[in-house]
Amino acid sequence: MATLLGKVQNDLNLKETELCLGLPGGGGGGGGSDQVETPRSNGKRGFSETVDLKLNLQSKEDLNDDVKNVSKEKTLLKDPAKPPAKAQVVGWPPVRSYRKNMMVQKVNNEDQGTEKTTSSTAGGAFVKVSMDGAPYLRKVDLTMYKSYKELSDALAKMFSSFTMGNYGAQGMIDFMNESKLMDLLNSSEYVPTYEDKDGDWMLVGDVPWEMFVGSCKRLRIMKGSEAIGLAPRAMEKCKNRS
Amino acid sequence: MRDNHPPPPTSDDDHRSSSLPDLARGGQITDSSSSKTRPGPGSSSSSLPQPGSGSELQAQFPDQVLENVLENVLHFLSSRRDRNAASLVCRSWCRAEALTRSELFIGNCYAVSPRRATARFSRVRSVTVKGKPRFADFDLMPDDWGAHFAPWATALAQAYPWLEKIHLKRMSVTDEDLAVVADSFSGFRELVLVCCEGFGTRGLAAVTSKCRLLRVLEVVESLVEPVSEDEVDWVSCFPETQTHLESLVFDCVEYPVNFEALEGLVARSPGLKKLRLNRFVSMPQLYRLMLRAPQLTHLGTGSFSDSEALEQEPDYASAFAACRSLVCLSGFREIWANYLPAILPVCANLTSLNLSYADVNADQLRSVICHCRKLQILWALDSIGDEGLQAVATTCHDLRELRVFPVDAREESEGPVSEVGFEAISKGCRKLESILFFCQRMTNAAVVAMSKNCPDLLVFRLCIIGRYRPDAVTQEPMDEGFGAIVMNCRKLTRLAVSGLLTDRAFEYIGRYGKLVRTLSVAFNGDTDLALKYVLEGCPNMQKLEIRDCPFGDAALRSGLHHYYNMRFLWMSNCKLTRQACQDVARALPHLVVEVINKEDEAAVDDIELLYMYRSLDGPRDDAPQVVTILH
Repeated sequence: MATLLGKVQNDLNLKETELCLGLPGGGGGGGGSDQVETPRSNGKRGFSETVDLKLNLQSKEDLNDDVKNVSKEKTLLKDPAKPPAKAQVVGWPPVRSYRKNMMVQKVNNEDQGTEKTTSSTAGGAFVKVSMDGAPYLRKVDLTMYKSYKELSDALAKMFSSFTMGNYGAQGMIDFMNESKLMDLLNSSEYVPTYEDKDGDWMLVGDVPWEMFVGSCKRLRIMKGSEAIGLAPRAMEKCKNRS
Repeated sequence: MRDNHPPPPTSDDDHRSSSLPDLARGGQITDSSSSKTRPGPGSSSSSLPQPGSGSELQAQFPDQVLENVLENVLHFLSSRRDRNAASLVCRSWCRAEALTRSELFIGNCYAVSPRRATARFSRVRSVTVKGKPRFADFDLMPDDWGAHFAPWATALAQAYPWLEKIHLKRMSVTDEDLAVVADSFSGFRELVLVCCEGFGTRGLAAVTSKCRLLRVLEVVESLVEPVSEDEVDWVSCFPETQTHLESLVFDCVEYPVNFEALEGLVARSPGLKKLRLNRFVSMPQLYRLMLRAPQLTHLGTGSFSDSEALEQEPDYASAFAACRSLVCLSGFREIWANYLPAILPVCANLTSLNLSYADVNADQLRSVICHCRKLQILWALDSIGDEGLQAVATTCHDLRELRVFPVDAREESEGPVSEVGFEAISKGCRKLESILFFCQRMTNAAVVAMSKNCPDLLVFRLCIIGRYRPDAVTQEPMDEGFGAIVMNCRKLTRLAVSGLLTDRAFEYIGRYGKLVRTLSVAFNGDTDLALKYVLEGCPNMQKLEIRDCPFGDAALRSGLHHYYNMRFLWMSNCKLTRQACQDVARALPHLVVEVINKEDEAAVDDIELLYMYRSLDGPRDDAPQVVTILH
């Protein structure tokens, strides 16, 4: 059984037996000796002991194989059209996100009539995502996702030891159920929080998805126990809204 | 895209040419005025002892000699390369040069401390400081990595109260820093922020309200985002009287500006020549501004669209026609293509056109480009397609710089531009000096053609978006194409490679790329040999940025003789071990070797990022926790 402190041995056991999160090449990792030449290697982190729920990413192993094949055979590649990996490679191609943002806005403006329009005045859909303990920030384009579940999946890919807690039917935190919320916040699971337009830090999931996309300025994934300080304010704000 | 005439499309590298054998061998920067060693890292500081106090200086100098030097020689030296050379002649020349240098260029903010720089050069009026390496733009560095302007702001405020100009690139600048600038320099004239972040409208307001002599305020490709209640109407903070404004650039500011204030400002700025608006300025608003400023030479048009359909639309073309001096157009942030013909009256005189935010197709482009015979700089989206490129090639025979950006940057997509348009450009634009080209497919033949048709190329950056993609027709690696570029373009100083490349491509670069100063490599190469070829073969290499290549420790060690000559080496997600980086740090004590470990805790010896650079002042003290500085 994994403990909160996470002994290394438990790490290895978990790695070998379970379907892991993370980008191709990093999943599992084994003894680390089998590192595949991937665009971005993301090994299992030491916090894996906190992960009880695993999001079931299909064909993880397939993606791994794809990448292995391409890397070894790239000089013999006859068919140039096969992309190495379906996962996003950080910072590739080298187009600054500012420019990418502009393109996204353009698409949104043209879709004025449709439901999926997000707030295009908020200055682009790319928001920074940081995870406590991770060396890199990532950026996600919120308009690429249509629900909290999709966002959760994408974040899971980026941060291998992260899962989103129990989100209920519509993907919204059940704020009315205080005990459920407190369970979540007392655990050592990671919880996504975000900074909204007013500069307040809220728990992700407290508003409908479209509203969230419009007001989210940046994301931060922190341990539930740290997010506990947000809960009272978040709940109050939520109550004020409803 | 900042100048009237196309800037020489080179990077701002120091023009250093030969290696520093003493540094490599002894690890000590020699301190001798008669030696031939060049001064050390960073801008132009050296490790020579600082000049003594004023009176000591005069006592040591025969007045005549100093006077001659100052007047006859140094007066004419504006280029920092020349000044660096002059400062090496002897100690007295070094001191004299230090007293007369008015423009200070710091290529790497960590290569020299603010204290050291300001101590050597006492009469500086203009300072340029560059911070993060370019790959930081692509999320490959932690957000809090560094490059803080604050210590520089403090030092400059103390040393140069008469300071007039500050140019910053990839620095972390806060509102407080801008307040320091605004408060400290009564004669301040020019602030240019390129690719910076950390500040907002509050900082801008500090500058606009207090710098009464401000001529230039340019915020370029910087992150200036709304921070809710902290928004300040910075445009309203300009003085009420006539201003000295010559250039106002804020196209990247992601917050609406007070239009009435802006219009009033333009009306009372008779010297305004450059105006680049952000996307919150609509077409009708642009019209009004243009009527107020027909003397403009550079215009960034803002959104170039209109949210409401007006009953009677202004005659936009006439506004453009009234701007007889317009030579540079940009903006078009949310372009309604119907409005594009409005620019026709100025096309004949345009030397620079930036449509890189405008999703226009070949026909729409053709309708304007066919009039742009004098065009020297063109930035566009690949939405123009090969046909659009052909149209450019047909008319723009004077083109010097071309940049084609992707609308859809995903690897799996079909791109609208290819080797066909690329080769067409090479045939029509023989004077091309700089190209940045994103595409989904390319052939060696087209690249070879360009190498032969455009021998004046200084900057060649080809980005085949699909990683490891070979020649689209022959399926061969792209080695021969890039090889031809370095072979035939004898003046090449900057190169970015892509596609499927073997070690052979790098052998070519090492053999022929003798003037190359900046090289960008990503997902290329087979073995350490590739990097060895480059490090051993390119004596002018200054900025080497490598990501996701199978280069390891042996390759790293092969560059020991050269690292003191470089501004930096970046290697991320390669095959380096911590031990090798440690060895380099020990062998070269004046190198700051920063590493970030891979996230996988099992792979403790593997390095995720190596970023190393020469420095006179040793390891910095503001590195985030995730960065380890080896020694």
